[in-house]
Amino acid sequence: MIVDLPPGFILILGAALLPLFRGRLRSAWILLLPIIGFVQLLGLSHGEYGHIAIFGYTLTLTRIDKLSLVFAYIFHIGALLFLIYSLYFKDNVQHITALIYVGSAISAVCAGDLVVLMIFTEIMAVSSVFLIWARRTERAYAAGMRYLLIQVGSGLLLLAGIVVHVQQTGSIAFNHLGLTDLGAVLIFVALGIKCAFPAMHNWLTDTYPEATVMGTVFLSAFTTKVAVYSLARGYAGTEILIWIGAAMTMFPIFFAVIENDLRRVLAYSLINQVGFMVAGVGIGTEMAVNGAVAHAFADVIFKGLLFMTMGAVLLRTGTIKGSELGGLYKSMPYTATFCIVGAASISAFPLFSAFITKSMVITAAASEGYPLVWFMLLFASAGVFHHAGIKIPYFAFFAHDSGIRCQEAPRSMLIAMGLSAALCIGIGIFPDALYRILPFTVDYAPYTTTHVVTQLQLLLFSALAFAFLIRTGIYPPELRSVNLDVDWVYRRVAPAAVRFIVVQLAHIQSFLKHTGRVIWKTALMGPLAPGSIANPFAGRSTIGTFVLLTTLVLLAYLVLDLF
Amino acid sequence: MKSSKKKYWLDDHRNVDKVFYALCAVCAVVLLAEFFYHKHAQLPWEEWFGFFAFYGFVACVSLVLIAKQLRKVLMRREDYYDR
Repeated sequence: MIVDLPPGFILILGAALLPLFRGRLRSAWILLLPIIGFVQLLGLSHGEYGHIAIFGYTLTLTRIDKLSLVFAYIFHIGALLFLIYSLYFKDNVQHITALIYVGSAISAVCAGDLVVLMIFTEIMAVSSVFLIWARRTERAYAAGMRYLLIQVGSGLLLLAGIVVHVQQTGSIAFNHLGLTDLGAVLIFVALGIKCAFPAMHNWLTDTYPEATVMGTVFLSAFTTKVAVYSLARGYAGTEILIWIGAAMTMFPIFFAVIENDLRRVLAYSLINQVGFMVAGVGIGTEMAVNGAVAHAFADVIFKGLLFMTMGAVLLRTGTIKGSELGGLYKSMPYTATFCIVGAASISAFPLFSAFITKSMVITAAASEGYPLVWFMLLFASAGVFHHAGIKIPYFAFFAHDSGIRCQEAPRSMLIAMGLSAALCIGIGIFPDALYRILPFTVDYAPYTTTHVVTQLQLLLFSALAFAFLIRTGIYPPELRSVNLDVDWVYRRVAPAAVRFIVVQLAHIQSFLKHTGRVIWKTALMGPLAPGSIANPFAGRSTIGTFVLLTTLVLLAYLVLDLF
Repeated sequence: MKSSKKKYWLDDHRNVDKVFYALCAVCAVVLLAEFFYHKHAQLPWEEWFGFFAFYGFVACVSLVLIAKQLRKVLMRREDYYDR
């Protein structure tokens, strides 16, 4: 029975059958999967399903409650939009892995316990790397390896955390954990890596922009949101999350301003947006958690939309560097329009989606007595408009005319972007539809005169600042460049350190070789006539010393050879 | 592909200026709107005249100025990691 399958399995199993289809049937099959999955989800009532007894524990495949449902809904909606976008490509590798990735993300947010959660996040890690590798370049291969190392590393940390947690508490249940025991702390750090906490964030900005056109769109939505879901489930009200989240909203925007790769700019702003969610989870009141979850919901669509528009630009022009682009509104007017809608949504303009979601977190920060956090979040709100809201559309579609004339995006992409844009506006105009499915009852009215006017002031004066800086020439130009980030440590410093150590070991090795020869000569050759071939086992008085010394040298030699 | 001959409205610099002046005008309107409604503030400084306008402008200018300085430390050649 299809209803008995855990949510997400329809996409995973459907992916396996994909190679059987060709042409229109293939497209229909791809789009049918998230729709059937959504219908199945609607038929599920709250509760736990699919108990499996293994190693003395009972695993619970599925738990349906309000928190898991809202994430499962948006993952299905996102999947459908992104799959429409991806129909232009006829690449089974990407479609199969994307479906498995989304399916396991849905299963992860519906997971009934920690072990099942870990299993599905591991499947997500392994399947999603193919969306990077499918670019089929040397650069993408290396980026994929870095991605996989960190994802699997965080998976191992999660496993270690679960093992320790089970030893300490005897339970694999995934409810509120808090930072109470070592296991829960390890789980927290593992989720922090997936959530792109400061200094653990760099895998995201390093590797997402190296993925394929459709790959980056998928990647942007699911891994970080599963982490946000898990934090909301296990660590709501953990105070340190407020500060981590606030830091996440702040630091990436500085990088985003000077970054030339426009998909990397969006990757930085992805961390900035996840920061709002993390801060909301940290504040932990009903309003704040509602805000975090609602913002995750809106973010899947508007961030997906922005990545879709930049993907279309990359597809049609062959580049995504701000320094090479400009004036594309002439060639891609629809894509430009949809990009502006996405930009207005992420910037939280009234009537656009983030206006009704992000403000819940900011309001909660003020009402719960975190004025400094409030200042940080407000700074980040102005900053996100600046770097994502203006910079992305400006340098791609306007600025100076690059002279590039290309085709408008393919039809399937335009349909997906149009639907996403419509949803961004729909959520902004009719917030109650989203508010109704949030985990807690919403007691918040976004459209007050104060909120609308103050938000418009914040955003329009940010725009004025941008215009002022551009017109005076103070604004830093887009330059072909890379900017160092934490990845510098493992892409430059660590390899250099290893090289240094290897060279030093080689020195020691040759020294030992030399010493060995000296010992050989003094212990054995010395007493004999020079030039004659010595028999080391000839019975001489120094032979014991000789064997001992030689053994030591050989041993050291052997150990060093291991490196 | 060849660049088209078609002239667009924004190709004329005077029109870009018009957009800028329009933005200035809208900014003035939302700032002056302060006089016409009662603000519901959670934090004391929210009540100051034009606080959000001022904060938005200053935040963005300082963001860009700091980021410009960051470039001096962080920016490398495009092929830095490929060499």
